[in-house]
Amino acid sequence: MTTTPLTNAQIAWRAAQDIADGAYVNLGIGFPEMVAQYQPAGREAVFHTENGILGFGEAPPKGEEDWDLINAGKKAVTLKPGAAFFHHADSFAMVRGGHLDVAILGAYEVAETGDLANWSTGPKGVPAVGGAMDLVHGAKRVAVITDHVTKDGKPKLVKRCTLPLTGVGCVTRVYTSLAVVDIANKRFVLREKLSGMSVADLQAVTGGELVIDGSVGDLVVPAL
Amino acid sequence: MDKTIAGVAEAVADIPDGATVMIGGFGGSGSPIELIHALIARFKATGSPKNLTVINNNAGNGKVGLAGLIDHDMVAKLVCSFPRSVDPKAFTERYLAGKIELELVPQGTLAERIRAGGAGIPAFYTPTSYGTQLAEGKPVEEFEGRPYVRERWLKAEYALVKAELADPYGNLTFRMAGRNFGPLMCMAAAVTIVQASKIVPPGGIDPEHVITPGIFVQRVVEVPNPQQEETLLRAGATL
Repeated sequence: MTTTPLTNAQIAWRAAQDIADGAYVNLGIGFPEMVAQYQPAGREAVFHTENGILGFGEAPPKGEEDWDLINAGKKAVTLKPGAAFFHHADSFAMVRGGHLDVAILGAYEVAETGDLANWSTGPKGVPAVGGAMDLVHGAKRVAVITDHVTKDGKPKLVKRCTLPLTGVGCVTRVYTSLAVVDIANKRFVLREKLSGMSVADLQAVTGGELVIDGSVGDLVVPAL
Repeated sequence: MDKTIAGVAEAVADIPDGATVMIGGFGGSGSPIELIHALIARFKATGSPKNLTVINNNAGNGKVGLAGLIDHDMVAKLVCSFPRSVDPKAFTERYLAGKIELELVPQGTLAERIRAGGAGIPAFYTPTSYGTQLAEGKPVEEFEGRPYVRERWLKAEYALVKAELADPYGNLTFRMAGRNFGPLMCMAAAVTIVQASKIVPPGGIDPEHVITPGIFVQRVVEVPNPQQEETLLRAGATL
């Protein structure tokens, strides 16, 4: 029985378990990039970066970077055998055209309607959106990985987003530090939770109603 | 036919004040640093060009390349998707002081608007940005039960693009992910100016390997061993 929240690595690991062999996957910049490290053995996913590469691999050793070979986070990457380059219109045709199987993104807020807010914390400062608004409408499955609550302890899974939206009704699964939650028919459906947490405990830190529809499994991850 | 120009200064000599200029690159990858620096050198010598509208994915990093252009107050308006970087000060300070205008465009929409500009398509519909602040004021239409936002083409008077190989006809190849916006911007500008690491004779690029056909390119200038923004920044370069 555990009530210890998952680390970011463990959240990323859990999300990686749902990526099928042969899937084309886009990982948002920052935290979601970790998902690539936890591909289950025997499954091969092809990673897409919106600046124009399919089939990139890990970072090169320091000093061996090629700055024409970077990912969307502008970090140096390497190529796997079978990689391909393409221009931005083709890259976003892959995105918007529904050719990606999965996109995994970070979030400020996710609503029970599937609305996502992950690009702007309000009118202050310089707004920047990048490819987030395109990605949420492209992949066959749009998942979010996130802490269950903010640094101040406020729910990130909410009834309605209060921050500027990235997309409407786009998210179908959320992997958090405490639970795995599906979004279906504008409801949060609880799929997995930490074994030591009751549904009531989880509901207390969740902004929208957690619906039980079928069995709720234990959220079990390895120590990483 | 020979579109070759002798040097970068000559290649950008006629870009006037107030011009709309597309600049290729995603961050430093594919950024035509030498062409940008030639523009800055001209500005320092003559006070022109200024009041430029620049279309790029980003807003520059540090004080070289696009950030250098902004830092010299040559840019009145920036059209981009992600005006943040490790060191975005040049843009951020001017934006917060109201000295530079920003049109923020989702990245895929930016790419498609440029492609549409080059392809003669004045507008198109995309699901991107529907229901968000960035769709405010734009027409929405439903297709097969889903709402889509209407977006307009983007065109420019000039494009500055970095290629790997060019021939005198303007046929181009690119290098790795440095390709990014290059082929689209070549199409969308009235005058596309390309810096290539190497200019080869006609036939020097296998027609099967041409990425941008020369019809989209007006000028090519050879810049061997081009600089990389990231390497310049790590060396602490300023202009």
